[in-house]
Parts: sequence; C-alpha cells; structure tokens
Amino acid sequence: MRPVSYNVKVKKLENDISMAEMPDGHTGQGFFATKLDDVIGLARKNSIWPLPFATSCCGIEFMGTMAAHYDLGRFGSERLAFTPRQCDLLMVMGTIAKKMGPVVKQVYLQMAEPRWVMAVGACASSGGIFDTYSVLQGIDQVVPVDVYVPGCPPRPEAILDGLIRIQDLVGKESLRRRNGDQYKALLESYGIQ
Amino acid sequence: MALTNETIKQKLQEKFGDQVSGFEEPYGLLTFEAGKEVNLKVLNFLHSDEYLNFIFLTDICGVHYPDDKGRELVVVYHLHNLQENVRVRVKVFTSIESPEVYTATGIFEAANWMERETFDFYGINFIGHPNMKRILNVEEMDYSPMRKEFPLEDQSRVDKDDEMFGRDRMLAF
Repeated sequence: MRPVSYNVKVKKLENDISMAEMPDGHTGQGFFATKLDDVIGLARKNSIWPLPFATSCCGIEFMGTMAAHYDLGRFGSERLAFTPRQCDLLMVMGTIAKKMGPVVKQVYLQMAEPRWVMAVGACASSGGIFDTYSVLQGIDQVVPVDVYVPGCPPRPEAILDGLIRIQDLVGKESLRRRNGDQYKALLESYGIQ
Repeated sequence: MALTNETIKQKLQEKFGDQVSGFEEPYGLLTFEAGKEVNLKVLNFLHSDEYLNFIFLTDICGVHYPDDKGRELVVVYHLHNLQENVRVRVKVFTSIESPEVYTATGIFEAANWMERETFDFYGINFIGHPNMKRILNVEEMDYSPMRKEFPLEDQSRVDKDDEMFGRDRMLAF
C-alpha cells in the first residue's frame, strides 16, 4: 500500500453549520439590538453575486477559484450570474482592449447599486505587459475599482484574498455612502450620471 | 502541364511587360512587384486566366519602409491556386504622400475586411472600397499605429516614469 502522508487524521467539525459572526450590539433576554448598517452589511457580504468578466488567462484562474477545490461558494459567492442587473460584484479578469472599454463601462452601468468592482490581474489593473496603443491601461480609466488583485495571472488564493477584501468593504460600508457627495463626485469623474 | 513559377512568370511578362518586375523566389514562393496603376489588371489576370486560376485571396497586408523614398508603403497580396496548390505573392508599392491603391473588392470579396485592416494600421486608402473605415482599432484613433514613426507604447500615458523602467538608459546604448 502507498504510504499516505496527508489527511490521515480525521478532523472533527467544530460545528455542523458554519455561522457568520454576530455584529456588536446589546443583548438581553429575548432581544438583540444592533445597527442596521451592520445587519445589512453582514447579509450583503455573505451573499455577493459576482459577475465574471473574463477575457484571458486570469479568467482560467478564476474558473479554478470558482470550482470545487478553492470554492468561491465558501464565501457565499457561489451564485455567479452573467446578467449585470442581478449582480453586486463585477470581476474584470484579463486584458481589456481600448475597444472593449465601453463594453466594460456599459456592463458597470447596467448593474444596480450598490455595486463593487474588482480588477483581477496585472492587465485589468494597469494594462500589465501590454503597454501598447490598443490596450486600455487599467480598467480604472473607465470604471471605479474597489480592489486590485496583483499577479500575472494571480493564483486562486490571491483571487480569494481579493474577494475577502471586497467582503470587508461590503460589510463595513455605511448605508449612506452611495448617496454621499464624495461618491457622487467619484462617479461624476467617470462621466456617470 | 503543371503550373510552375517559371510559367507563371512567363505568362505575366508576356501580358504586362515592364509593369511587372522584381521577380524572386524566397523559399520557393514566387514574389513579384506590380505597378500601382495596374494592380487590379494583374490580380484579375491571375484570378480569371484559365491556366493561372488563382481564385483564393489568402491575405492582404501592408509594409512600411520609411527609408525607401517614394516607395514607402507596400500592399502585399497573397494568392492561392487551390487546384494546383501553388501560391504567389504580389507587391504594390506606393508613396507615403499619396497612399492610394485601387481596391480588389471587385475581384475578391475577401478583400473587403483585409483592406480595411490595412487602412486601419497603415493608412493606405483603397480607392473604390465600399466601406473604407477602421476595423480593429477604436474609431477615435487618429493615426496609423503600424507606421514606423509611431512607437509601440501608448503615448497618452502619464503614469509611467521612464527612469523607473530603465528606458532613459536604454536610449544611451
């Protein structure tokens, strides 16, 4: 028999069901009081619907991230959709040519608020090795980006790390942020609205 | 009689005389130069002659030779005789001041997009083309990116420090 040197010990589950941590609040007999921001943030961050916009090799890495081994579903994001109207998170993975720029922007515009954007890989973040006349030098020239994942392509662990950072942003976001002047000015700088 | 480079050359010279020149055979592929004014006549002859029968246009591309005064731009046609499996390459030179060549869309339907691509990257205007506009690059682009005077890198960038990328030093070498 082949000697097996890993996964030999049976690890007992700590809990049958993995629960999200409770936000800070006051608790007493039969009640729990906390901020609405925290509750909504908690719900949102554990049920992000990503929209994969995959144009090249980063997209292949994402497929690995999404599938059983790395499993995006562990972070509540197993529900990928290819319709921008239902999605919360635009994941741009791969080289975006200048001609593709307006398409990325249109997809972003079709998403409903609140929406987040993640630039996966060197090309989506900065143009990467394609410092050339035909390639958009980073998608932040056409849409605002929340999280940049470095790598060429990034390993699935890096993409998961990016997703966890997005979760952090989503969980901590104030409910008033999207109505604020700062946010409006940000969108205005991209010519949106 | 099999279609050989020698016989193709002979037929072309019989028909066009001085207007076809510069015959060579790099790696066995017959290559020659046709005058700018007769490019359609030459292509039509290659296409329609019963014996030559080059019915398939494989590719059109452009070349830019900035040092060759008066003959800076070249349009290269690759033709294929499918029955005999013989290929030829036709070059048409034009000056950069008037980069205008007659369109081959009347002979080969396939020339439509290929000529648009050549127009897009080299700024060669194909006279008589039904839809002469950019095909691959963004429409706002106002130059022909494959011409030698334009560097490969995106010139509109302001966030890249040349020194950080060692480019200043590279110029010194």
